[in-house]
Amino acid sequence: MLSRTADNLYWIARYAERAETMARLLEVGSRIALLPSSGTGYRSEWDSLLQASGTASGFARKYGDPVQRNIESYLFFDRDNPSSVASCLLRARENARIVRTALTTQVWDAINTAFQELRSLERRPRSELELTQLTEWTMRHTAMLRGAIDATLLRNDGWDFLNLGYCLERADNTARLMDVKYYVLLPGIDYVGSGLDNYQWTTLLRAMSAHRAFHWAYGGEVTARKIAHFLILNPQCPRSLIACVDGLNTHLDRLARGYGRSTRAQTKARAVLAELTDGTVDGVFDEGMHEFLTRFIGEIAAVAALVHDGYLSGDVR
Amino acid sequence: MISSFNEMYHNGTVRPPYARLEDWTKAMPAELRQMKQAEAEALFRRIGITFAVYGEGGDPDRLIPFDMFPRVFTGAEWARLERGIKQRARALNAFLVDVYGRGEIVRAGRVPAQLVYRNEAYEKAVAGFVPPKGVYSHIVGVDLVRTGPDDFFVLEDNCRTPSGVSYMLENREIMMRMFPGLFRENRIEPVDSYPQLLRRTLASVAPVKCDTEPTVVLLTPGHFNSAYYEHSFLADLMGVELVEGQDLFVEGEFVWMRTTEGPRRVDVIYRRIDDAFIDPLCFRPDSMLGIPGLMDVYRSGGVSICSAPGAGVADDKAVYTHVPDMIRFYLGEEPILQNVPTWQCGNADDCAYVLANLGDLVVKEVHGSGGYGMLVGPGSTAGQIAGFAARIRANPGNYIAQPTLALSTVPTFVEDGVAPRHVDLRPYCLVGERIELVPGGLTRVALKDGSLVVNSSQGGGVKDTWVLAE
Repeated sequence: MLSRTADNLYWIARYAERAETMARLLEVGSRIALLPSSGTGYRSEWDSLLQASGTASGFARKYGDPVQRNIESYLFFDRDNPSSVASCLLRARENARIVRTALTTQVWDAINTAFQELRSLERRPRSELELTQLTEWTMRHTAMLRGAIDATLLRNDGWDFLNLGYCLERADNTARLMDVKYYVLLPGIDYVGSGLDNYQWTTLLRAMSAHRAFHWAYGGEVTARKIAHFLILNPQCPRSLIACVDGLNTHLDRLARGYGRSTRAQTKARAVLAELTDGTVDGVFDEGMHEFLTRFIGEIAAVAALVHDGYLSGDVR
Repeated sequence: MISSFNEMYHNGTVRPPYARLEDWTKAMPAELRQMKQAEAEALFRRIGITFAVYGEGGDPDRLIPFDMFPRVFTGAEWARLERGIKQRARALNAFLVDVYGRGEIVRAGRVPAQLVYRNEAYEKAVAGFVPPKGVYSHIVGVDLVRTGPDDFFVLEDNCRTPSGVSYMLENREIMMRMFPGLFRENRIEPVDSYPQLLRRTLASVAPVKCDTEPTVVLLTPGHFNSAYYEHSFLADLMGVELVEGQDLFVEGEFVWMRTTEGPRRVDVIYRRIDDAFIDPLCFRPDSMLGIPGLMDVYRSGGVSICSAPGAGVADDKAVYTHVPDMIRFYLGEEPILQNVPTWQCGNADDCAYVLANLGDLVVKEVHGSGGYGMLVGPGSTAGQIAGFAARIRANPGNYIAQPTLALSTVPTFVEDGVAPRHVDLRPYCLVGERIELVPGGLTRVALKDGSLVVNSSQGGGVKDTWVLAE
């Protein structure tokens, strides 16, 4: 397969997953904004969301103060914001158009329908659109794309590259979302274990569509330790770090078998998986959750760089 | 306006190839027609066939209008066209081999030297090089118009990278899906072998250094190109990689493509980009699209490029006037298809005549294409004509003129029923080890009443083109 084709497939998945995460973040924001503000730390929860999604400076340049409606527009519709839902879906669709022939009609339909509907959403007055409508719309379409990929694509190397994109992006996003909650949102260390703390954790679970699942798996109080276990170490949770890294390994191994040669990405991904498999919640908290997540995000970026060098860059030898 | 030959109704009767279509249209109520039209459009949009129009800044996902009323040729009509088209494709390739070789036709005084050697499309870089099998132009698109039952004229030749063949294939596909009954009642020659024939043609001109089954690729300028859909469609149907310049590189004696498994040798490049952009070391140094060093590999027999660099000198609108002579000179045959009489504005007498008769003529730029920069005298205002006259005077050598032909018409679905609209025809002749022509082509139709401009960039549409089995 052409390296560029593999690269396009990989980015379809990354952008689709990123669009979904952005929608989830918006949902976190809108729920947290329903709480009375703590008045310390960041100026508002919305501001911290912008910080967390790495879009704060771009927003400030364009709008100035963080006003909810503007933030919603910026994170959902704004094409000047490369991470907005609209920007991500457009790029996913553009990548798909380039490799149209490597996709099935169903996959193309799923992504193209999202694109066509987005264009009609963009034409409607903002006041008619509730935020929850928009976030649900996004999740529905990304789920349809995911479903079309799973149900109809040939299980060849292209399928592996799509899935590598999904796994890497999802691992990165889960880590970031947790870090937002843990490090950014809570105004101070005194609040750990407070009502606000628990409310934020619950909101995070909801945003990951994992609220019910969490209660099935753990029951009782929502605590940071349980959530850390669920989202980092529990392979049953589809968005947990360990589940994502496990997926990474599966697809890297498949590629290595198919091509008859191993890569450094594979070695690296194995090491990350081994660490998570042996990891404990105590270990994470001893290191410091923020420190752990920051390091993990770095590890995932390293795997992504190796995937790029080993398959996508076109300089493969 | 001159009266035109109607391909369906002639002298008050329905011509035989269209016999069954009359009942078909009559039996189709307006609602069904609208439903079918909407269905066709949805299919096109879903498949992703779109066409970006240059210079309009409009919707990049615009569809070319598809008209459901087919255009029909009898087997006998087609047999003659086929002979004429193949003859022309042979002569054009013979001309190319000649002008990059000894230039016999110039020495014989049949074609003026400056027309060839000072032509912008003449590539000095390939002089003396004979491509595999002596083929420069592997896909020859011969644009034809019809003015009477037996009168066909060649409007122009396209020896570089004629586009539109994906529409020929998709129009047929969609017609078969929507009106299977028509295909049971009429015995229509299939066109779907085109991609396999194209691949076989490309593989047949593998370079001398290729000692295995040749690897063929299709080189596209990229997804921003207006014909990108066609490029990806053809690559898919042929089962070859669709590459951009950045996917290829030169190392040692060969061209390689960058794959996830490492470099893979490329033997035949079906390129859909212009000569000027294929190799920045040889042609335009500012080109980001090309592959540095490609021409060195080409000239040393490490890769084939289709069409071969330099093929454009044969489809120049000024060289066009000499094609009948080429047929006589190289093949010793009389041309089966006629040229349209053409005045060269670069020639003073011709220019004077053209300027005096602009209102009756069609004027085109010598290097123009796509219906841009042309004047259709009978449909233009005095102001437009005066403006065009000034442009001709400023640079006469850049223009040719032809009489306004009464293009034939074919019934076409319009707002309030069926009405005749002007059409042309582009068949795609494949030249490799053998010369092949699938029975069909792209019929373009001017959807505006009375309009003679069929280019899709100027609001033209397309039709399925049938050749009936004898």
